[in-house]
Amino acid sequence: MAGEASEAIDKNVLWDGGRSPFSVSYGKMMMWFFLVSDALTFSGLLVAYGFARHAFTGAWPVGEQVFYSMPFLSGHYPLLYVALMTFLLILSSVTMVLAVEAGHRLDERSVKKWLALTIVGGLFFLGSQAWEWSHFIHGSAGYITTVDEGKYWLTEEIPHGKTAIDVEGFGLVANRGEDNEIEYTGQKAIEIYNSRVNHVSGANMTQNEYGPPQYANFFFFITGFHGFHVFTGVLLNVIVFISLMKGTYRRRGHYEMVEKSGLYWHFIDLVWVFVFTFFYLV
Amino acid sequence: MERDDLIANDSYSLNATHDAEHGRVIRKKIYFVTILLSVITTAEVLMGVFFKHGTAIWPFVKWSFIVMTLVKAAYIVVVFMHLGDERKSLKYMILAPYAIFVLYLIFVGITESNFINEVWQTYGE
Repeated sequence: MAGEASEAIDKNVLWDGGRSPFSVSYGKMMMWFFLVSDALTFSGLLVAYGFARHAFTGAWPVGEQVFYSMPFLSGHYPLLYVALMTFLLILSSVTMVLAVEAGHRLDERSVKKWLALTIVGGLFFLGSQAWEWSHFIHGSAGYITTVDEGKYWLTEEIPHGKTAIDVEGFGLVANRGEDNEIEYTGQKAIEIYNSRVNHVSGANMTQNEYGPPQYANFFFFITGFHGFHVFTGVLLNVIVFISLMKGTYRRRGHYEMVEKSGLYWHFIDLVWVFVFTFFYLV
Repeated sequence: MERDDLIANDSYSLNATHDAEHGRVIRKKIYFVTILLSVITTAEVLMGVFFKHGTAIWPFVKWSFIVMTLVKAAYIVVVFMHLGDERKSLKYMILAPYAIFVLYLIFVGITESNFINEVWQTYGE
């Protein structure tokens, strides 16, 4: 199995042991090592999510019923926004792999072009995620609970600093979405509203209108951790882009740094593929 | 046994360059994978919208989501991350931890949580 390399390679790129295992450079191999450990972290998070979901006895929220909004549009567009986010990340992965390919042809102009597009794609993804978070946290008009454990959904949102009486057409809906749905309006609705124990609207770490508290907690942690990775990836790509502009890789004679940050970038796309399936679809 | 540590010309990662002709072949493959990933994602979203949770067909839909995800992941790792072009030993070093630990973790996590669910349902709060 093990033996000496047949050909002497440049001392500058050899590892300290005098050999280069797997015939990859030190940096590239360490990027793979990092990605292996990082992928194990994400596996742990997603399995923890699966654990919470299978152990929970009530109804777990369904992706297309929670995420159905589009910016600038009202109405129901289930999963469309998150699908666009997925496309965005896939496309920025494609531009990254094209940058790596151009690097192998030593075509610096194309490397710059594709890497710049990758950075733009990453920034757009981050912006989309910010919108998604803001929408998730803000939520809808929400629901109230009463002493006798009744649950009533609000038909109209109550603006900050106002009460139910100020809202025109204020109403409450009990058993929403079921066969015995009842709507209360006018004085009766305001009476019930004033007897509330709790008003849940949107999501925070302790309660949310979509389902059990763990649901929002996992949403914040998993997509937040992924978003942090995207942010780091954009940062790495910007650093590589600056080095490209300064001609560092031209002088070095190879563009492997683009390949290394590309590995990280594809990994982000890879994680998103799993988050998309297990958080939004299944 | 096949020796996997020999470094021939151009096989070292820093020397991995190719000409314009070969570049066209590689780009063709990249575009093919792009279209494939887009088609699978579109199919996933459409299935997510049209099939409802709790229907008789749902378990089948759920498993097709998982299979499609694994196909997407495989294309990203093998083509985009070039793992398909690396040495066999490097491939196994990267993939083995998942075959061993993550499959086991999934098995343990899902089995145990189903038992916890059963206990809650049987004995209540």
